[in-house]
Amino acid sequence: TLRLGLPGSESPDRDRDGPADDVAPALTLGPAPHKAASKRAFPDASPHRGCSAAARAEDKPPSAAPPAAKLAAADRQGLLLPRAQVVGWPPVRNYRKNTLAASASKAKGADDGAPHYVKVSMDGAPYLRKVDLKMYSSYEDLSMALQKMFSCFITGQSSLRKPSTKDRLTNRSNVDSLQDQEYVLTYEDKDADWMLVGDLPWDLFTTICRKLKIMRGSDAAGIAGKTLVCRK
Amino acid sequence: RKQKDNDTASLSTPSSPDALPAAAASPRAPPARASRRVASPGPATARAAPMGRGGARDGAAAAPPWHSLPDEVLEHAFSFLPAAADRGAAAAVCHGWLGAERRSRRRLAVANCYAAAPRDAVDRFPSVRAAEVKGKPHFADFGLVPPAWGAEAAPWVAAAADGWPLLEELSFKRMVVTDECLEMIASSFRNFQVLRLVSCEGFSTAGLAAITEGCRNLRELDLQENYIEDCSSHWLSYFPESFTSLETLNFSCLEGEVNFAVLERLVSRCRNLKTLKLNNAIPLDKVASLLRKAPQLVELGTGKFSAEYHSDLFAKLEAAFAGCKSLRRLSGAWDAVPDYLPAFYCVCEGLTSLNLSYATVRGPELIKFISRCKNLQQLWVMDLIEDHGLAVVAGSCSKLQELRVFPSDPFGAGQVLLTERGLVDVSASCPMLESVLYFCGQMTNEALITIAKNRPNFTCFRLCILEPRTPDYVTRESLDAGFSAIVESCKGLRRLSVSGLLTDLVFKSIGANGNCLEMLSIAFAGNSDLGLHYILSGCKTLKKLEIRDCPFGNKPLLANAAKLETMRSLWMSSCSLTLGACRQLAEKMPRLTVEIMNDPGRTCPVESLPDDSPVETLYVYRTIAGPRSDTPDYVQIV
Repeated sequence: TLRLGLPGSESPDRDRDGPADDVAPALTLGPAPHKAASKRAFPDASPHRGCSAAARAEDKPPSAAPPAAKLAAADRQGLLLPRAQVVGWPPVRNYRKNTLAASASKAKGADDGAPHYVKVSMDGAPYLRKVDLKMYSSYEDLSMALQKMFSCFITGQSSLRKPSTKDRLTNRSNVDSLQDQEYVLTYEDKDADWMLVGDLPWDLFTTICRKLKIMRGSDAAGIAGKTLVCRK
Repeated sequence: RKQKDNDTASLSTPSSPDALPAAAASPRAPPARASRRVASPGPATARAAPMGRGGARDGAAAAPPWHSLPDEVLEHAFSFLPAAADRGAAAAVCHGWLGAERRSRRRLAVANCYAAAPRDAVDRFPSVRAAEVKGKPHFADFGLVPPAWGAEAAPWVAAAADGWPLLEELSFKRMVVTDECLEMIASSFRNFQVLRLVSCEGFSTAGLAAITEGCRNLRELDLQENYIEDCSSHWLSYFPESFTSLETLNFSCLEGEVNFAVLERLVSRCRNLKTLKLNNAIPLDKVASLLRKAPQLVELGTGKFSAEYHSDLFAKLEAAFAGCKSLRRLSGAWDAVPDYLPAFYCVCEGLTSLNLSYATVRGPELIKFISRCKNLQQLWVMDLIEDHGLAVVAGSCSKLQELRVFPSDPFGAGQVLLTERGLVDVSASCPMLESVLYFCGQMTNEALITIAKNRPNFTCFRLCILEPRTPDYVTRESLDAGFSAIVESCKGLRRLSVSGLLTDLVFKSIGANGNCLEMLSIAFAGNSDLGLHYILSGCKTLKKLEIRDCPFGNKPLLANAAKLETMRSLWMSSCSLTLGACRQLAEKMPRLTVEIMNDPGRTCPVESLPDDSPVETLYVYRTIAGPRSDTPDYVQIV
């Protein structure tokens, strides 16, 4: 399974069933995505197609009947997780989405009202995707959305030991833990350097990020090492 | 005349309510039926004499009056049938009526631009004064149709320029309209009056300049939600100073600036201006001065309504609105400082339509404002109104007929603002409510059943639960029961969009009860072929069916192939179709165009692919024009 680990992030317990009640920054993806999707001879007709939310919906194993109120609350928290970006869903006209996005960013005082699209590539994927960084409010949001978007390319490799906060304190362990994860998220900044995602405050990150890349853990370890060295 | 109309009504056979009957040459009701009436003696003959026939028939005492009515008389009679469905029915009676009807038809609505060739349409209906053409499939609005798909307006404009020199009105929806099209419109029709472009693209302000310059009798320029390239702000200046006929001006979707002085002069001299919808570039104080120049306005769109609060600006606005006694419809992208809303209070009482669906204003001021609009018939808002806001609407707007609630944060991780509660309240308290579009995060069967019981008069019910396959959040069951209650109760339902967790059972109910249903939208629902089969074998009046991400396969499609010719179009994407079935369908039904959309990166032609290749997107529509020739690489006609 794919885990887009952010430095020092925790993964939820593997044997906890149901959706994670607290939003864990790095989440493990559930079982393989909807079978039909992987069989398509005509994959995404449009370059902006996303994988359906089918995987996510089917992930939810039936929980032993909790009281209705708690269920509603848990469900609401489920709704608090950002929705997978399935193309064309919910059915809101593109015109409306663009208009609202433009006015939302203006409200936040951004330099321009246009959405901030960056390319997202992934090692081994046949094509790239684009995401609008302004659609997300945190690294967790982005991580979740990217996992959904690229889940079709994952062939179900298991992830290994998850990094813990304690690990972060010792540099070496951090590098090791990166190497253990299958993939890490990196970005290209204004100086055309490839940086590990997660160090900067989110708002600052969105302004300087030009491209995203989902790298294999083994490749990324080199980068993390470089970053850590620089920060000394 | 009244007598004649009654005869017409009794003779006409209800045909498919389309502007262009598919069977062009052969009339539906055979002449034999008319001659059966001929056999009745006496009264028919007695009536024949005073009708004044064309002359040649004098000796035939048994000939009924309608066989020999001169065309001008028939055409005059048909002029009392404005509805396309009625005209289509009249045309199906016999050859004579077919001819008279088509020669005198003034309004033509082509719901699918590929259903007929433009030249054929123009030749068939030579007297058309107003034409409306729609292009891309509905799901193009949500990004499911890649660019350059087709739906070019150019062939229609060219054919119209050739065959309809007296054309007065042209309306395009979801089509590609170029500047050249607009230039051709401006130069081809000397009495052109109304241009309406909805969800179109491909043109710029240069094309608009051609219109404003060339159309001396323009009454309406209505641009709704188009993507317009901004070349210059001077298109408005091309209206000559002598030009005064404008009644509708809507440029709300324009991104760029307009010359305000020019706009103000235009508004001042066009005394018949009823509808003015501004874009975001017009600031609030300018809105006030425009209103003072045009107090006769019936519809106003304010554009961006965000400004810091200044008491003198407030006073200006309040005074300006106080002068607008005729204002009935209000819209705008209000990032409004809520403090300005009271400036509108004086018009609230008269408002019948309020579109705040781009307004991010929220809170008690918004609700207070809406609650004063006691005569509201149409309300479009964002879910920022929340349940308690809708409860107030329910209590205040007893004349509400249409409600649309849009999501402010469709992908967001924001709070749940709106639940099923809001819709239940409004449908309980607004007896005239018949059309709903509602985006929310959760729903229960109980709520839907209550809504169905309270409002059997729904004609349009579109519910979108934001997360696909969401069950009833209390019982964790599917929402089959709820939606079934809707279709069982609302016998006049014409449009339905379903969402949430749904099994095949709901489609059984829809198929059996949706007897007036014309348009059905389905996403992430059903569990087998049965679901689709129920719909295609039921829903007698279905015209448009659009499906995405459902486990529907080939069998129901092929089993109900004939049904597809009674419909306008079918869209199926991300279902379980294979190429072989599409080939069979195309073979079986020559009057359908079967289009499939593939991966743009694919190089090998679809002909070489095996039958079991999955089909990602299928778009099928009936046509009398044969396969279109303007398909992009990624569209293949099977």
